[in-house]
This record gives sequence, structure tokens and C-alpha cells, in this order.
Amino acid sequence: MPESPAPRTVADLSLEVRSKNAGPFWVTLEVFLRDAAGYAIVAEPTFLTPPVIARLYGVAADTVQIYRIAALHVVKISFPRPVVQGSLRDRDIHAGQHHVPLALLALPAPVTG
Amino acid sequence: MNEVRVLTPVGMLGGGFPPETLTRGLELGADVIAVDGGSTDSGPHYLGSGIAKTAAAAVARDLRLLLRAAASAGIPLIIGSCGTSGTDSGVDWVAGITRDILAEEGLDLRVATIYSEQQAADLKDHLDGGRIHPLPPAAELDPATLESCRHIVAMMGHEPIVAALTGGADVILAGRATDTAVAAAFPLMKGMPAGPVWHAAKIVECGGQCTTDPRAGGVLATIDATGFTIEPLDPGNACTPTSVAAHMLYETVNPFSMREPAGTIVVTDATYRALDERRVRVEGSRFDLAEQYTVKLEGARITGYETMSFTAIRDPHILGQIDTWAALLRRMIGEWVSGTLGLAPEEYAFDVRLYGHNAVLDAIDPATGPPREVGVMLLVNAADQATATAIAKIANPLMLHLPTPDMKFLPSLAFATSPAETERGAAYEFVLNHVVDVDSATALFRLNLPEDTDA
Repeated sequence: MPESPAPRTVADLSLEVRSKNAGPFWVTLEVFLRDAAGYAIVAEPTFLTPPVIARLYGVAADTVQIYRIAALHVVKISFPRPVVQGSLRDRDIHAGQHHVPLALLALPAPVTG
Repeated sequence: MNEVRVLTPVGMLGGGFPPETLTRGLELGADVIAVDGGSTDSGPHYLGSGIAKTAAAAVARDLRLLLRAAASAGIPLIIGSCGTSGTDSGVDWVAGITRDILAEEGLDLRVATIYSEQQAADLKDHLDGGRIHPLPPAAELDPATLESCRHIVAMMGHEPIVAALTGGADVILAGRATDTAVAAAFPLMKGMPAGPVWHAAKIVECGGQCTTDPRAGGVLATIDATGFTIEPLDPGNACTPTSVAAHMLYETVNPFSMREPAGTIVVTDATYRALDERRVRVEGSRFDLAEQYTVKLEGARITGYETMSFTAIRDPHILGQIDTWAALLRRMIGEWVSGTLGLAPEEYAFDVRLYGHNAVLDAIDPATGPPREVGVMLLVNAADQATATAIAKIANPLMLHLPTPDMKFLPSLAFATSPAETERGAAYEFVLNHVVDVDSATALFRLNLPEDTDA
């Protein structure tokens, strides 16, 4: 069997990366990692930090909340919605496609094994 | 009662569910049927307009099955946030559909309605009294904001629903309620402990969302003195410790604690244990009573009137410099609107979205590279519909013929429809993200008991 290519992005280690409104004024993102090894990489405290999320999503770092839930292999991130839901410039009413920048984020270093 | 079984066949009234899953729930001994009828998730239009997102036929299909089930089992049916936003018009709309079905089916059920719409003047008294507070990320409330709302609703806790139940109602049609209050009311009334009740209510509120196959119908939660057990209604579907625990993530900011009017659901120490391959036992949930009972407000106001136009580009030359083309379009719309209508930039607003390029994520889109084709949506917002449409019509020749700066001829682009403009009517925005301190959990809500409605 050929070896599968080394994971490069958060999505490569995940069962699902999703985003959704949490009420009209917040967005929440969840990364469901496939296993404990993937969780260890993505939940590593220096990888996904408020400044990293702030840069990815154009929001203020001090508004970003990050929850790491080892039992579920989940990293959950919430921040105030940058564009008010349903307003003229809201292009994603349910914020259901806002997972993509996080999903495509490059992992910190090549993973072997 | 030593235990109470809450049946939630579907996450939203009108969403549809397999009828046999409801029958299965009754066979399992359901004591109450609880269904959410609304959400803010689809935007401010439904609160602003007071019109439901769901089709009347879809609500009627679900309600007919639910009313038959409640009547045959002799158990209460509770519907929360009627009509999507829980306005008075939403409650009346669901009540009308209910009345028709009860008459058609010859069912004798006592119906109570609970209204949750608020008057700006009453809330201004609360504001003046220092009893209205912002929730993050909102700022202190400006009284003018209250006046600007088309509709304001308050989110009831379980208490008004309990009052309807103790008042003898078989069917309770509630205005805006917290998603959890709908499922929590009956077990709390029967004396079940608050921690397991509220946690179970949060888990069941989206129906099958906490199962491994959310499309296979809803769930039954059995709440007792020490916790609750959750199982799917479809025998082929399963709840696993992961699927149940993961539901605390869904549409929540904080997955460990969640504020309700009376206090906070805390699940930090909750344990999730598989009883078998499809049932999960949850224990260790807490409900911490708050010092101050608070009721959350939701309000929507009109921001203007919108007209939409949509064209499309397939020419690779334009697509190769699509951002340059779009910048030129934006600039020329501004110039032409100024030249014809005499409107300054601050007197209207528009958004140009490049579907196929970066419409959804715009500046935060990680992808690059020329697209194969692009749909160009122009969305105009102005103080009245006629102005919005006039602006879109002024933009029409640009959306048909605008070249890139280096082109020596005028291209013709691909309008999707004729006429290209679609009037969208009033546009709304949510403007309240505040709570009111109240001494009474029922004071902001108006309950009509069956004796009143039968008269």
C-alpha cells in the first residue's frame, strides 16, 4: 500500500470542520479531530491562539474564545460575528461556510509516522 | 412521578419527521411532547416582519400528527417560539392552524397561548430603572433603538409554560421561549431536579441532532432523580456518548455553561455513559441558580429596502482581472448614481458580490487563482424601495456592458433573468442583545388559558 500523503492542513487531520452562528451575534467553529494524535497536534496551545484566529478571520484577538475538549477530540472557537447577521454585507446568513480558513490552515510542522 | 419522559420528534415544527418515530415515542411511554417552533438562525427578517420561515402546509402536517398523538396518549403538547420568531402574529398563526386541525380531526384539546411580544414604552421604563443590561458584544441600550424596532420579543423561561400546564392546558402554544424551556417545563413541574432537566432539554432541543443520524427523526429523554437517559426514536438510529456530548457544542458560544433566565446550565462535570449501543446515560449536570432572574430580549428593525440584480461573467479575459473589474463597477455605480439621482454615498448602500470568486469569504478567503465563471450580485439598500430599484436600474447597463480598463470594446455579460432587478422589500437587522432584570418570571408574558379561548 502506498503511504497516504502527510497531513498538511487542519482538515487533513479532521473528521469534520464546521462553522455556525451561535445566536445572531456570535460565530462558533468546531474541529473534530480523527484521533488523539491529531488532537494533540491541533490542540497544542501554541498552534491555535487568539492572535492566529484573529488574523484568519479579521477579528480582535481579545474577543476570541478557544475551548479544547480532549474527551471529544474537539477544538472549539467562538468570536463575535464580524458582520451582523442578515445585514447588507452578510454573505453567509448561517455562518455555515466560515470553517474554510480554519480547515485550510497549514499545520505547524510536517507530521511523520 | 419517579421519572419523566420528554418526547421531541423534530428539532423545528414544520421540519418533518417519520410518523412511525412519533408512534415509537408514545410506545416508550412519553409523558410530554415538546417541540421548538423557531430560531433566530435564519436571520432578522422573520422577527422584523412577523412572518414565519416555515410553510403553513409543513407546520400543519407536523401539527396534525402531534395533536393526534397528544390526544391519543392523553399527554400535553408544548410548542415554543411559534411562527419562527415568537411574535404575537406567530402565535396566532400556529393557533389558527391548530384550531383548524382540531376541528377537522374532531379532537377535544384545551389550547393555551402565551404571548411574549413587548412594547418599546414598557421596556423604556425598565431601561430608565436600570434593569436592562447588554450581553457581549453589545453596548448599553439606547432608548431610540427600542423605538426603532418593528417587533420586540422576550424569551420566556419555563415558568409561563408551567402556569399554562397547571391552568389545565393540553396544548401550549408559546411565543418566544428559550429552546430549552419548552422541554424543561413539564419535568420541572413534576419535580425532577434542575440539573438533569436543563441539560436534557438542551440535548433534545434539536431533535435528532444528538444522534449518529440526525435525519432519522427525534429523541426521547427520560429524566429521573440522578440524571437522564437519551435514546433515538428510530430503532435503527443511535445515541453515543460522543454524539450526545458533542451536541453541547452545537450553536453555542461556550460548550460548558449556558445561561437560562433563572440560572446557568453547567455541564463541566457531566459524564456520558453508553447503556447499550443506542442509549446514553448522562449524570453530573448542574443548574446554578442566578442571583437575578433575567429575560433576554430580541428586536429587529428596518435598515432600508433592498433591490437585487444578478449578472454573470464567463469571458476569461475579464475573469483574469475580476477584482479590477469589480472595483471599476463599484466606482462607476457611485458616479452614475450621483450623476442621475443626486444621491451622496451615505444616502444609500450597495454590495457587489462575486460568486465563484470570493463572494462568501471575501477578504478572509484562503484560495487564489482565476475562477471559471463568476456570478455578480448587486444588492442595493436605500431608504425606500423605489430608490433602491432606481439605483439597481442605473447600474444595469454597467452590469451588462462594463469592460475591464484594457479592453477596446464593450463586452455583453450574462444576466440571469429579465428583468434583472428583483425587489426584496424591507431589510431588517437584529438590534437587541440585552437582558431585563425582572422580579417575576411571568410578568413580561401574557397567558391565555383554555377557559378564556373557549369562551
